[in-house]
Amino acid sequence: MAGEKLETVEIVKEKGESPNIKNLGDFWNFLKKELVPRGHIATPFNIISLPIMLLGYVFIVLRLAYGLGKPVTNLNQEYPWGLWIGFDVVTGVAFAGGAYVLCFIVYVLRAEKYHPIIRATVLNGFLAYLFYAGAIVLDIGRWWNIYNPMIGNNFGVNAVMFLVAWHFFLYMLAALVEFSPTIAEWLGMKRLRKILGAMTLGAVIFGITLSTLHQSGLGALMMMAKSKIHPLWYTDFIPILYFVSSIFAGLSLVIFEGSISHKVFGHQLDEAHHKHYDDILVGLARICAVTMFGYLFLKAILLVHEHAVPYLNSAMGFWYLFEVIGFILIPCLMFISGAQQKNTATIKFAAILTMVGIILNRLNYTFIVYNWYVPLSEKYWPAPMELIITASIILTEVWVFRWMVNRMPVLRKPPAWAIEKH
Amino acid sequence: MDRRNFLKILGSGVAGAATGNLLTPGRTLAKETPSAKEFYGILVDTTRCIGCRRCELGCAEVNGLPVPDISESKNENLLKTIRKTSDTQYTIINRYETEKGKIFVPKRCMHCNQPGCVAACLVKAMRKRPSGQVTWDLNCIGCRLCMISCPFDIPKFEYNKAIPRIQKCNLCYDRYNNGVLPACVEVCPTQALMFGSRKQILEEGKRRIAANPDKYIEHIYGEYEVGGTSHLYLSSVPFEQIGFRKDLGTVAYPKYSTGFLYAVPFIFVLWPIVMLGINRATKKSKEDEEHHEEKEKH
Ligand code: SF4
Ligand code: SF4
Repeated sequence: MAGEKLETVEIVKEKGESPNIKNLGDFWNFLKKELVPRGHIATPFNIISLPIMLLGYVFIVLRLAYGLGKPVTNLNQEYPWGLWIGFDVVTGVAFAGGAYVLCFIVYVLRAEKYHPIIRATVLNGFLAYLFYAGAIVLDIGRWWNIYNPMIGNNFGVNAVMFLVAWHFFLYMLAALVEFSPTIAEWLGMKRLRKILGAMTLGAVIFGITLSTLHQSGLGALMMMAKSKIHPLWYTDFIPILYFVSSIFAGLSLVIFEGSISHKVFGHQLDEAHHKHYDDILVGLARICAVTMFGYLFLKAILLVHEHAVPYLNSAMGFWYLFEVIGFILIPCLMFISGAQQKNTATIKFAAILTMVGIILNRLNYTFIVYNWYVPLSEKYWPAPMELIITASIILTEVWVFRWMVNRMPVLRKPPAWAIEKH
Repeated sequence: MDRRNFLKILGSGVAGAATGNLLTPGRTLAKETPSAKEFYGILVDTTRCIGCRRCELGCAEVNGLPVPDISESKNENLLKTIRKTSDTQYTIINRYETEKGKIFVPKRCMHCNQPGCVAACLVKAMRKRPSGQVTWDLNCIGCRLCMISCPFDIPKFEYNKAIPRIQKCNLCYDRYNNGVLPACVEVCPTQALMFGSRKQILEEGKRRIAANPDKYIEHIYGEYEVGGTSHLYLSSVPFEQIGFRKDLGTVAYPKYSTGFLYAVPFIFVLWPIVMLGINRATKKSKEDEEHHEEKEKH
């Protein structure tokens, strides 16, 4: 990704003033200019990612033409949900949780320390919903009916899925409003920037409420799979576990994404930001450690409460301990020690472990310990095309993220006019 | 933050609460389901079933599914393995070796009194009809949560079609509306299947057990399982020997998600208020505030 640096240097120079957009024609010209790629095109990242993305798009066409089953996916009657729901949607949304957690910290608790990373995090959250939750369109068998839960008269208002669908949709709007001042700054629209800026707190509060509900709602979707999920994982408190884990899942992604962004877009950041950044990481590590500790505590209580302790001494039990000790307890301890010693390398490593743990946890619910009694030979395993389509969606998101960060004041300072006091 | 801002935020909070009412189902869920006495269903007497698979044939013909070969030689082979219903078979016969010899068991949708599949569906494509049938409709979006939420693994999805459907037994709903018996009941040569209101078939089941206590075990599967089903089974051996799960409990499946659903309205109303409160409480003095506003732009 070394080529990216060249690109960003140019932009910093170029980005002295905001465009002067007065009418639609201006806007169109500006957009055309911005859409042109900048800097080096043949970077290693581009060379690797582009073929995967294109291949993914071809497979998407196949999926639409031939249906959801083989050869595109390995989904079957035993495993209605696979990688796309389990990873793209359910895990993706947990990772996107960083946006609501940071919004709570910055706008509700007013912890100013974290302000420098809020824009990138909100943008990331918004794009995650757009792309990963958007991946649901591919997974939905009868996708042309997707608007049915929104328009029409056949609302299944008693269904958890109905709430989740609406909350996704509304949250995307809220996240867009939260991010919109940045877009207004990019377009140089001062009046709009002011109006949108004033809407932020409202959008934040609405967004956090929606997030609380749909993060836990994703867990509630599994409640009626009681007879299919292994008793070590099934509890009445799945929604709460999902909600609590979305806090440290989201923050771990913020740590992970931040450390990459800092390498790639480092030139856009000012001195002060670099200086504060380690401090921010330590703070995030502390929050992760505390929530993970709470999560572990809850898990332990539930183990006893659901009379699941005897199951620990079985193959499934070892798998459970592997997940809980290896990817919750250990990273939790690493977060604590990393925060104490101000060692950002430990913190970053803990973040990666935590992310792996969340992926495992969510996939456990969707297909690994779902129908756990099915013999191994009949178990669902993602098909190659499923994996490539997923990779293609993630890479597309990264491309869009990069495009926006390079053009909008996400990491770099907003234009001077936006900083002035009104 | 000035007064105008504050009002705006308050406004969005109220809007949130209003949408909350729209989107929060807790209250409607509390409503009683229609009296289970009016539901129609089938009493399946496994002691009478001879495994001829004529019901499979009748079902396929009526529902436009691939017609199965039910010749005796074919049956002998096929029944060696325990099968499941599929996207092309709404009903199937399985054969179990038990302490009382071979027993044949028809398997299909149980038409639960309070079905998990119906509670799962976000567009009401799955519906419990007032007369008891659980049916599927074209407005389905194909999310397949009904498959996950069915304790009996009944709804099947057409994975290999560009325009797929959810496939499952609908207790011949159209025929019912025309006053005709379900195809499987009509073709059964041994009257192993009996169609009637749930009350009737439950009484009949109890009568048969009472009249023949040596033949039947004293358990009607579906009387209480998962809150009661409209398909009821009689058996001569314990049900786990003929492929029934005994661990499903008697709680109606939709109840498992009510805890979450009840919490939704509270969170929707309380959360914004709490957060607004914290936000006001952490507000600093006037000068600090100006400083803060300036920093916010960074
Ligand atoms: S058996 Fe399954 S598909 Fe049939 S009504 Fe019950 S939950 Fe629905
Ligand atoms: S797959 Fe169709 S019928 Fe089943 S829950 Fe989803 S929308 Fe409803």
